[in-house]
Amino acid sequence: MPDAVRRSVFEGCALPSNARVVVEACAFAQRHVLRGGADVVGPVARVFDAAPPLLALQSRVSGARAALWMSPDEWLLIDEACEPELGARLEAALGGVPHALIDVSHRQCGLDIAGEEAARLLNAGVNLDLDLSMFPVGMVVRTLLVKADIVLWRRAEQRFHLETTRSFGPYVAAILNQAASDQELC
Amino acid sequence: MSASPRTVSGGRIDRARPVSFTFDGKRFTGFAGDTLASALLANGVHLVGRSFKYHRPRGFLSMGSDEPNALVGVGASEARFTPNLRATQVEIYEGLKAVSQNNWPSLAFDAQEVNSLLSPLFPAGFYYKTFMHPKGAWEHLYEPIIRRAAGLGRAPGAPDADHYTCQYAFCDVAVVGAGPAGIAAALAATRAGARIMLFDEQSELGGSLLSETSAVIDGKSAADWLGAALAELTASPRATLLPRTQIFGYYAQNFLAGNQRLTDHLGAPDAKMPRERQWQVRAKKVILATGAHERPLVFPDNDRPGIMLADSARGFLARYGALPGANIVVATAHDSAYRAALELAGAGARIAVIVDQRLEADGEWPRAARRAGLRVEMHSALVGSSGRLRVTHAHVAKRWADGRPGKPEMIACDLIAMSGGWTPSVHLFSQSRGKLIFEEGSQAFLPGASAQDERSVGACRGVFGLAAALADGAAAGAACVGGGAPAPFAVEGAPEGAGGYLGLAPPPGDPADDKAFVDFQNDVTARDILLATREGMRSIEHIKRYTTTGMATDQGKTSNMNALAIAARAMGKTIPQVGLTTFRPPYTPVTFGSFANFSRGALFDPVRQTPMHEWAVGQGATWEEAGLWMRASVFSRPGEAREDAVRRECLAVRANVGMMDASTLGKIEVVGPDAAELLNRLYINSFTKLGIGKCRYGFMLSEQGYIIDDGVVMRLAADRFHITTTTTGAARVLAQMEDFIQTEWPELKVWFTSITEQWATIAFSGPRAREMLAPLVEGVDLSNAAFPHMSLREARICGVPTRLARVSFTGEMGFEVNVPADYGLSVWEALWEQCEKCGGVVYGLDTLLILRAEKGYVVVGYETDGTVTPDDIGMGKMIAQGKPDFVGKRSLAMSDLSCEGRKQLVGLLPQDPTYKLDDGAQIVGEAAPAIGTPALGHVTSTYRSANLGRAFAMALVAGGRARIGATLYATTMEGTVPVQVVEPVFIDKEGERLNA
Repeated sequence: MPDAVRRSVFEGCALPSNARVVVEACAFAQRHVLRGGADVVGPVARVFDAAPPLLALQSRVSGARAALWMSPDEWLLIDEACEPELGARLEAALGGVPHALIDVSHRQCGLDIAGEEAARLLNAGVNLDLDLSMFPVGMVVRTLLVKADIVLWRRAEQRFHLETTRSFGPYVAAILNQAASDQELC
Repeated sequence: MSASPRTVSGGRIDRARPVSFTFDGKRFTGFAGDTLASALLANGVHLVGRSFKYHRPRGFLSMGSDEPNALVGVGASEARFTPNLRATQVEIYEGLKAVSQNNWPSLAFDAQEVNSLLSPLFPAGFYYKTFMHPKGAWEHLYEPIIRRAAGLGRAPGAPDADHYTCQYAFCDVAVVGAGPAGIAAALAATRAGARIMLFDEQSELGGSLLSETSAVIDGKSAADWLGAALAELTASPRATLLPRTQIFGYYAQNFLAGNQRLTDHLGAPDAKMPRERQWQVRAKKVILATGAHERPLVFPDNDRPGIMLADSARGFLARYGALPGANIVVATAHDSAYRAALELAGAGARIAVIVDQRLEADGEWPRAARRAGLRVEMHSALVGSSGRLRVTHAHVAKRWADGRPGKPEMIACDLIAMSGGWTPSVHLFSQSRGKLIFEEGSQAFLPGASAQDERSVGACRGVFGLAAALADGAAAGAACVGGGAPAPFAVEGAPEGAGGYLGLAPPPGDPADDKAFVDFQNDVTARDILLATREGMRSIEHIKRYTTTGMATDQGKTSNMNALAIAARAMGKTIPQVGLTTFRPPYTPVTFGSFANFSRGALFDPVRQTPMHEWAVGQGATWEEAGLWMRASVFSRPGEAREDAVRRECLAVRANVGMMDASTLGKIEVVGPDAAELLNRLYINSFTKLGIGKCRYGFMLSEQGYIIDDGVVMRLAADRFHITTTTTGAARVLAQMEDFIQTEWPELKVWFTSITEQWATIAFSGPRAREMLAPLVEGVDLSNAAFPHMSLREARICGVPTRLARVSFTGEMGFEVNVPADYGLSVWEALWEQCEKCGGVVYGLDTLLILRAEKGYVVVGYETDGTVTPDDIGMGKMIAQGKPDFVGKRSLAMSDLSCEGRKQLVGLLPQDPTYKLDDGAQIVGEAAPAIGTPALGHVTSTYRSANLGRAFAMALVAGGRARIGATLYATTMEGTVPVQVVEPVFIDKEGERLNA
């Protein structure tokens, strides 16, 4: 019996790439939704290194791991190194602290959007001010790209991570392709 | 006219680049930089349209976006045809094709000009008075005729071939209008370090500076000063300059909406270019520098081609080198028309006379005109005009006393340049909810208190004159960013004019005899407005709606103030007493494409596809939408009819096995120490005693006691459940859970996470389902004893984790394989190989719906319609009696929800086994009930079943369970057919197949 093959929703999907902005599909990552009160932060930080931030719209990064604030009782934990036992270790660390830890590695897909015009490209469909003064490095929001729910996280001055639900991936890619083409021409 | 109307030099056109275009099929030549209006005028063409109601010949009134008359259709093909464009804003390019509108058979001879003779039959309020009877005639008779007779351009005959785009933007200071005040504001704000955006509706930034020929600013000509200012702004990384961008709406919290024209001015644009871009801009501060509109004079027959606003006549000359007349009568109540006269005379036109209705005018421009020897008649005015397709004479009345004027002097002319003064453009300020105040001195509505963080500068707040406008703009630009007063500009050669008049121009005549136009685009005359006041309209809002004045696409830019003044005078009131109408967006018409922008065609909505979608496409699936999801309906083989495919699929599932993609079903993971308690409160069932690894089918009710969703609850651990919802109910159920936990039961420690897309779900069922699955899974005993119906195991399939459930929606032994979505296709392909070995099929929703109905399983939304309780569909026994409460419990106890005679779910077998009942057919007690007999119920699902060898249906019927065995009747399009009422389970009542 052959093992199943993992296929990205962006497989074979065209993505914008020009001198000023490049969009790439993110490699597979392990993702967990963590829900609970402030008392989950300590135990999770011990295992995950990146402590779930308690302040709205904040993120914490440690190596290949990032904890993104989603709402007052929800964080998105991303482990780009895909450590196999991470879920079990987190559960063990949390022990009796009331919480919910859900594996959503396949629920979502990520795009990396980098370049001097990354913010302009996103602003074709994101109605938030992405100027550094308003949307600094490390800020993360849940918002819309035209009609798709997305998570938008600024990883560097000219680099964003866009996270969306799997089935919305092709739509997000198509919107970004169209917007990039429009912006290149005028 | 002897010489060409095109001057030999001057203007901002590029005389080295001639441009050829057609208007109504006739070829003309203009220059790059021309608008369609300036190019036609340079070719001596004034007649460009027919009026809305009376089909009167019309020419250009203005040179800007306020143009009410010169509306044209532009586009070489139907797919790129746009009606109702203002010729004054259409930039010409090689090969442009433009046509006039609202005329037949031709512009010069329009059969419907007869409307003008019939005009006594078309007074204000005509529609309301005339077409009331008979009932229905408005819709079917009058309106279609009127619409054809009166109207603007025609709609394009093909879908729009262009695409449109969108951009959100943010800035510290948004400046709307790039005239002198706006540019000065932008310069000041940019120099202070602000992020600014500067918008202008015209093809070039500069506003009045583009036609400014005499002023000197800081020692430079206006053109040079403008060039330097724009160069400075362009060089700044903080400034975004957007010509051809109409800010058409000003909404809450300094949100501006703009439309940028990207390709309309290009002859052969790159096919990939979007035609327009919608800008949605949030600005910390807004500076409105929207200028002012010159007002027409309201005198009889003031609408002939060749009657134009004076400063537009000057502007066509100064900006485009197009002299709109050779023999000109200037009629005015404002000094600025004297300037127009001087410049037109300077270009070689003869100024026959300047007619000024005022008693005196001694500003700098009038004095200059007199010094130049131009004939000036004070206390004189126009009382009419002659000429059909072009004005030929101005009728000038002089020095009237109290009564009527004497016999007018007929003065030959080919252009009447008129000015009633200037109306500040307060549209956007009004849209921003700012309060307008009427200033008696200037007889104008001006911006009062701002409602938002906004400043108006320059002419739009009554600050006229170049020096004053520059200073006003600069001060506001600096103030926006907390800067001090900027250095003043040194301005020479731009004296400020004075004057102005509102309303029906003197001398007193009898407006009832005349057509003195107020609103040119909607053909509203002074007489119409007077009639409205006589018929009892008191508020300008009523007068506006009764006469339609100001309601055309030009938003009354040239007409509002004259209409208001006429109404006020007729009622003996002041202008503020009569009031001003509200200005609404859009400032100028905006294409539908701009609003839709990305959301057209393939990008209209996200199309959600499961990981196995492409595989199904390859198998010939037919698709249907469920919310945004695409679901396969049926898998027809080549040449196979849909009904035959469904039949084949249905038989194969019950004979062998069939698989389907159930990934779109909503899935929610409910986790936390209080998870079971939460489910107890939300579902009618009890979950306290549901064992780990067990599943339970449950219903959720609304607070009113009606079924709103169903699904299977699977217990993964003491504090962890995996629940399914309907495909389209997933988001609603999740939101409802969050709502309850946040507002009603915050003490419960439980959280919900959507896992619909984490897991691809492959459902398969049939006698050989176990055999099909067995080779692929590890770590689970699939025997019925170890893994009975309604149980769940966490195992591995094809080497990846699976949540494997033993559930069924067909009545056959069934399994549901949930695998992480990225593995979905791979696992599906492995299962499909097994399925084929077992003689199985892949099936879609068509087959699923039949199979589940054969077993009597309900579909929420088919058997329920928002008024159905669990007992109504025979599921009352699922209600956990021991639970203290659950959502909907109290409502179920209400007498109306537990009374006799409620509609209950039953099965129906048509007496003719081949007859499939209609969906929604009414159920009645007699074969031929009298008209008005209430129905007993209705059909909720109806199918032909290959497995049963007959048609069958489910229905909700009053007191249905007590009627089992009875014969009732179902309505058809041709009467009724007899049906036998049966239990709503048609196969395997004992569940032997299910529990195999």
